[in-house]
Formats: sequence, C-alpha cells, structure tokens
Amino acid sequence: MPNLPTLGVRRLGKHFILHTQGGTRLSVLDEISFDVDGGECLVLDGPSGAGKSTLLRCLYANYLPTHGEIWVREADNPGRIDIVTASPQQIVELRRTTISYVSQFLRVIPRVSARDIVAEPLQRLGCATEEARDRAAALLARLNLPERLWDLPPATFSGGEQQRVNIARGFIAERPLMLLDEPTASLDAANRDVVVNLIKEACARGAAVVGIFHDTEVRDAVATRRLPVQPVVAESAIVA
Amino acid sequence: MKPGRVLLQVRGLSKFYGERVGCERVSFDLFPGEVLCIAGESGSGKSTLLQTLAYELRPDAGAVHYDLSGRGLTDLSGLPDSTLRELWRTDWGFVRQNPRDGLRMRVSAGANIGERLMAIGERHYGDIRVQAQDWLQRVEIDDTRLDEAPTSFSGGMQQRLQIARNLVTRPRLVFMDEPTAGLDVSVQARFLDLLRRLTAELRLAVILVTHDLAVARLLAQRLIVMRHGRIVETGLTDQVLDDPQHPYTQLLVSSVLAA
Ligand SMILES: Nc1ncnc2c1ncn2[C@@H]1O[C@H](COP(=O)(O)OP(=O)(O)O)[C@@H](O)[C@H]1O
Ligand SMILES: Nc1ncnc2c1ncn2[C@@H]1O[C@H](COP(=O)(O)OP(=O)(O)O)[C@@H](O)[C@H]1O
Ligand SMILES: [Mg+2]
Ligand SMILES: [Mg+2]
Repeated sequence: MPNLPTLGVRRLGKHFILHTQGGTRLSVLDEISFDVDGGECLVLDGPSGAGKSTLLRCLYANYLPTHGEIWVREADNPGRIDIVTASPQQIVELRRTTISYVSQFLRVIPRVSARDIVAEPLQRLGCATEEARDRAAALLARLNLPERLWDLPPATFSGGEQQRVNIARGFIAERPLMLLDEPTASLDAANRDVVVNLIKEACARGAAVVGIFHDTEVRDAVATRRLPVQPVVAESAIVA
Repeated sequence: MKPGRVLLQVRGLSKFYGERVGCERVSFDLFPGEVLCIAGESGSGKSTLLQTLAYELRPDAGAVHYDLSGRGLTDLSGLPDSTLRELWRTDWGFVRQNPRDGLRMRVSAGANIGERLMAIGERHYGDIRVQAQDWLQRVEIDDTRLDEAPTSFSGGMQQRLQIARNLVTRPRLVFMDEPTAGLDVSVQARFLDLLRRLTAELRLAVILVTHDLAVARLLAQRLIVMRHGRIVETGLTDQVLDDPQHPYTQLLVSSVLAA
C-alpha cells in the first residue's frame, strides 16, 4: 500500500448562503486541492478575507464544505476518513486522537483552571491526571505564563495570556495534524520564538502542520511550502 | 472514545396533542457517553420529545429502541410497565426543570438520594447513608446537610441534589429538561461545570433540552435544532452553531450574542 499523506484535500469548495440577508450566496473557496505529508508545514497565504480561516475550519470540520473531499489519516490507523462525509462520532474521535486546532481566541470554560484546560486533551487520550497536569505545567512554563496564573480560570487573563493557554492546549497532545490560525497574533517576540520552536518540533516528530501567520518572520521560519488562497471571483462579476 | 454500539435508537417518533403537533418524525441515534442537546425556542416540542424518548409519554407513531442490559436493542413499546419503571429507577435518570418535579421536597436530602438506591435493592441503612453523603460531596453540597429537606436549599443546590439523586444508581442515560433555566447566571456556571465533569468521568450519555445555545456549546458534542415539533438541523454542535445551514438555525444563532 502506498504511503498516504496525512491530509489530502480534493476539489474543495465552500460557499455560504446568508438566509438572514435575503439568501445572498457568498463563494469563498473553489476547487482547492493539496496534500500535506507528515513533517511538512504548509502556510496559507492570501489577503484578509480570502478564505484562509474558512479553509482551516473546514479541515477541522467546524465548517461544512459545499463540495469536495478532505481525507485525513487517523492516528494509529492505516485507513483514511473523509471528514466531509464522516459521522459526528467519527469527527469527535478524530479530534481526540488526530487533529489539533488552535484558533486566535481561547474559548474559556467557566471555573476550569488554565492548567486543567491544557491537561484535558492528554487526559482524554488516557494519560493519568498527575502526569497530564505536570506536562501542562511544563508547557505553560515554556510559554512563560506566570506560575501564579496556572490554577486560575483564564477568563480574566489578558489576550496574550489566553492565547498561550490556547497554544499549550493545542500542542500538548502531539497529534498528527495541527491546524494553526494566527497562533502568534497577540504574542511578544520571545513567545513568538517559543511557538516557532513548538511548530518545528511538531514537524520533526512527524506532524503535518497547516497554518496561517500574519507575521512574515514567523511564516518564513516555519513554512516548508506555501499555498496561495485567493478570493473567489463572484459569479455576478463573471456574468458582468 | 470509540462510538461503540447504539444506546438509544429513535425512528420516526411523533406525539400529538389532539390536532396539535408535539413532536413529529424525529429520528436519531445516541451512542454511549454522548451528550446531545436539543435546542429550539419555547413551544418547539423539546419537552414533548424528551418525555416521549423516556417513554413517559407514549408515541403516536415511530419507535424508540434502547440497549437494555443483557437484552440488546429493545423496542420500548413491547416492554411491560414493570420493566419500564425499573429502567426509570435504575439505568435512566431524569432531571427536571423545576426541582419540585424531580425531588421529594418533604423528605431529607439523604432520603432523596437513598430512595433510588433502595429501588435497586440496597437495604443496609449505614451503606445508603455513606453513599448519600459521598454524593452530596460530589455535587458540592456540604454533607452536614444530609438530614435537611431540600426546601431549605437554594435553587442551585436543589438542582445539584437532583443530579446526585439521579446519578447514585450509575445510570447510563440521563434526560434533562432545561436544568439551568431557573438558575441565576452565576449559579449556572457552577452547575454546568459540575455536569461537564460528571458526564466525562462517568461516561454518561445525556439528552439535554435547553434553549441556551451557550449551554449546548459547553456541554454537547451534538446538537439537534427543533422547530414546530420537527428537527430542522442536526450535527456537531460547533458546526451547527458556527456554520448553520438551515434558515431557521441561522436566525436562531444570529439572534443571540455569542454562543
Ligand atoms: N460562518 C460564516 N458565515 C458567513 N460568512 C462567513 C463565515 N465565515 C467566514 N465567512 C466569510 O468568508 C470570507 C472569508 O473569510 P475568512 O475565511 O475569515 O478569510 P481570511 O481568514 O482569509 O481573512 C469572508 O467574506 C467572511 O465574511
Ligand atoms: N399537555 C399538553 N396538552 C396540549 N398541548 C401541549 C401539551 N404539552 C405541550 N403542548 C403543546 O405542544 C407543543 C410543544 O410543546 P413543548 O413540548 O412543551 O415545547 P417546548 O418544551 O419546546 O417549549 C406546544 O405547541 C405546546 O403548546
Ligand atoms: Mg482569518
Ligand atoms: Mg419545555
């Protein structure tokens, strides 16, 4: 059997029908195809509004593609799953074992401490609570989050602090497919460097990374390949 | 967790009140350990559906199959009342919106919890008391209040006592109808956090009715959106909320601030 890439996207298309705005059709992605192998970091390039985040959200099954296929190789499983047609149960399982998604913003869980938010993905993979919490602490320390914050819920943290919790949660489980949407947006230079190293280490252990980075320095440091994402020309414009 | 086999299978389920639709042609599968939210505005049929799923109301059409211990997927319409009652008391739980409907208000908190244990054959008074105490602690109620009746508890405590009463028999499936609707926002967070931890810890399957999309986002892997008694959209919770396909879901999502 040929060695299949971790991620295979085929003829992906996505439009939104805005029913609350008179049924306006907004075409965002059209005929997008690419593969990402373990060890690669594919950077999505394109102007704001081009559809980069939409593409990444489709890869996480957070958005539903209008057409096309997204084949993901499941951790510890030789087969691949098309997440466009997969059941919700299969997606939940893929997110547990295989796909990490780091967005720009942390979704805080009321009353849960930063350390437990970070440890949770490991625990859900069967890691013992103490070990998961130790590894969470080590990662938060590496991201320079002050120790006095570890046991507090991040609701009151600054944007940069929340973002580091978010990054730690996304990186702790070492999943084979990492999706990163501007993870360094609100970080200072020192912490950006930590994230660059985390991404490089992820690739080195064989993860496939797909990322969006507004910061050219970060982009240049991590990209092994780039994919231009261009705004889809509206149909009405073609007709005219 | 691997999905495993179906716990509850629902096909074409309908319930009418005379001419009026309660719920109509509802179908879905629930797997062990899954938390499923049913959302929709008032009058959309959520409570009717929940009670019909739990077989407290008899469906007018369609079927509910449940994975009965030792028997596998079984059509509930064929079960004698005694078996259904046993299911309600042991393998299933039901948390009501109004604690007065889910608790016995005149007996102690300990007795509220102990009652379900006695229903599964526990007879030793001391053991029952110890387990009741343990469950009070697990739902963050001071165990010195074991002998107090729930009338002396706050709304949040009453809802947590309902949780303890239901979970003490280690059910596999719990139905909940708007359990946070009567609680202040500050109290809600504590209740939701508790629920989140317990469902994960005990691998509980939960079908939870709520009109609050933020509650669905926090607790449920899957979401069903209802309108006029029917399912208009269903799928992964975050996908339905972030990329709603149906006009009604788009309206519902866009009319709340941030779920
Ligand atoms: N859930 C959504 N519903 C409707 N339109 C959306 C949604 N998400 C994104 N869009 C639209 O898709 C287009 C691309 O957005 P996005 O993917 O965020 O671009 P980028 O990340 O490249 O800046 C924008 O016009 C945006 O408004
Ligand atoms: N006991 C009843 N007798 C007659 N009609 C009822 C009864 N219970 C509910 N209904 C009607 O069924 C529909 C669904 O109600 P319900 O299931 O309570 O919705 P929800 O829980 O979403 O608010 C409504 O039109 C309601 O008026
Ligand atoms: Mg973006
Ligand atoms: Mg109701």
